[in-house]
Amino acid sequence: MSLPLHVQAQGVTKSFGSHQVLTGVNFTVAPGEVSCIIGPSGSGKSTFLRCLNALETYDAGTLAVNGQQVGYDYRDGKYYEWSNKQFAAFRSKLGMVFQRFNLFGHLSAEENVACALVEVRGINRSAARTRALEELRKVGLANHSHKRPHQLSGGQQQRVAIARALAMDPEVMLFDEPTSALDPELVDEVLETMKLLAQEGMTMIVVTHEMGFAREVGDTVNFFDNGAIVESGKPNDVLSNPQMDRTKAFLAKVL
Amino acid sequence: MPKQRVLRPAQLKGPDGALAPVVKLRHLDQWFVGALALAVFAWLAFTLATNQNIRWSEVAGYLFFPKIISGIWVTLMISVVATVLGLLLGILLAVMRLAHNPVLNWLATLYIWFFRGTPVLVQLIFWYNLAFLFPHLVVKIPFTTIGYMWDTNDVMTGFTSALLGLGLNLAAYFAETVRAGIQAVDTGQSEAALALGMTNGKRMRKIVLPQALRIIIPPTGNEFISMLKTTSLVYVVAGNDLMTNASQIYKQNNLIMELLIVASIWYMVMTAIATFFQSKLEAKFGADAVRLVRRPGFIQRLFLRVGSNAESSAPQPAHVREDVTTMGKEMS
Repeated sequence: MSLPLHVQAQGVTKSFGSHQVLTGVNFTVAPGEVSCIIGPSGSGKSTFLRCLNALETYDAGTLAVNGQQVGYDYRDGKYYEWSNKQFAAFRSKLGMVFQRFNLFGHLSAEENVACALVEVRGINRSAARTRALEELRKVGLANHSHKRPHQLSGGQQQRVAIARALAMDPEVMLFDEPTSALDPELVDEVLETMKLLAQEGMTMIVVTHEMGFAREVGDTVNFFDNGAIVESGKPNDVLSNPQMDRTKAFLAKVL
Repeated sequence: MPKQRVLRPAQLKGPDGALAPVVKLRHLDQWFVGALALAVFAWLAFTLATNQNIRWSEVAGYLFFPKIISGIWVTLMISVVATVLGLLLGILLAVMRLAHNPVLNWLATLYIWFFRGTPVLVQLIFWYNLAFLFPHLVVKIPFTTIGYMWDTNDVMTGFTSALLGLGLNLAAYFAETVRAGIQAVDTGQSEAALALGMTNGKRMRKIVLPQALRIIIPPTGNEFISMLKTTSLVYVVAGNDLMTNASQIYKQNNLIMELLIVASIWYMVMTAIATFFQSKLEAKFGADAVRLVRRPGFIQRLFLRVGSNAESSAPQPAHVREDVTTMGKEMS
């Protein structure tokens, strides 16, 4: 038996009305692997990530995390749709970091991190608080724990968002263009945090426009275009020696 | 903004280099219009005050008449309970309207259409006369005889019909306010909550509603102030409120104008007090949009000087948001 794959996608398709966003995505990530997804805007990268987290539904194909089909239970030759509770339980095992941070505006940094521990994991408040402070310390924000999101810079907000996701002990971390909404001088602090995470062996799927990060940290780079992954491989191969014309055209623009 | 005195130069340097005095422009037109308006007001006040047909001594005598005072308490009670009923039901209706379940959605829409589509006066009389439809109200376990039965006329007093009529009516209006508040919360908040593994109920209670409150809370003050006066409609079902009691007195002694003045004075006092607290609420929850539309009341600006404070603190969204979040924390 080969290595268990954390994430596996085969022929995943998705349409919004008549517009087909995903045209058949094939994608695998092994445990501990950092997989970067690059590609032009509107190519379906984010949609794919959201399908993986069941924030969007997909129309067809195999999409599995730890061998478990996303959104369905297989029993007696049939696929049964998940209940809301099953969706919630599944999502709680994946960490998601959004482009626009999406910190809860009415809660402090510490409460943002502790919130799901209390509400989802059922941990008592003081233990959740301790854990939240620990996670904030890891992202270098221990002394900002009492601040509300609007009192933090974009980079700090995104680091809180990462801490919030990590506090749930996720099996996989999904990053949806985590630095795209940041001012240029704040990008590095977030990328550094992600780099540390990768070094700890976290399985990560990173949709990004940061080619430097993809090259340095990524184990694989996948080039997304027109709703499918058209080229993937080691960062150096894909970024320095692309085989497909579309990849070459894209890299010529961004590098 | 606190009004600032505009400083203008008293002298300016002339073409010959010497200082020349500045002659102020006389706003004669403004003086004239002001004087005219004041004259009209003074004339109206004078005719009212000296009107031989209004016995002001009777107004003073009835101002603290026990039946009037008890009416005030009933009016306040109806206002508070009906508003609370309306708010709770309104939140439920708003959540139903936003639910994925088409049946709930449709029912909430129907409710809102019905209660906004019919006059509240009609609804009040309807509840008061419910006995024509259902002579008895029964609460029992279906297909058994275990349960309770009431005479509808005993239950549907003027007071309870008032609570139901006004509360259910307010709910329909308030549902729309709550819906707007919920929809104003960024969808990213919901997505983050779901991504962390929260169920829809938790997402709504812990993340969305606390943030929607910022938009929902300020209008509730307006609803309550409006409710204070809408309760006067209760007099058609004899709810023992201020207006009912005033009308019962003037039907006996024919001092119609005097008692209407007494009632009006009390309504104005209650409104002024409610307006004061409402502006506190607005300052705390910082609905800049609401403040732009509705300035603090006259009484407030005159006596309580909250108006100037509230207005001067307007351009401080950061401070304001801090307060909002405190409330959210208390909710969770």
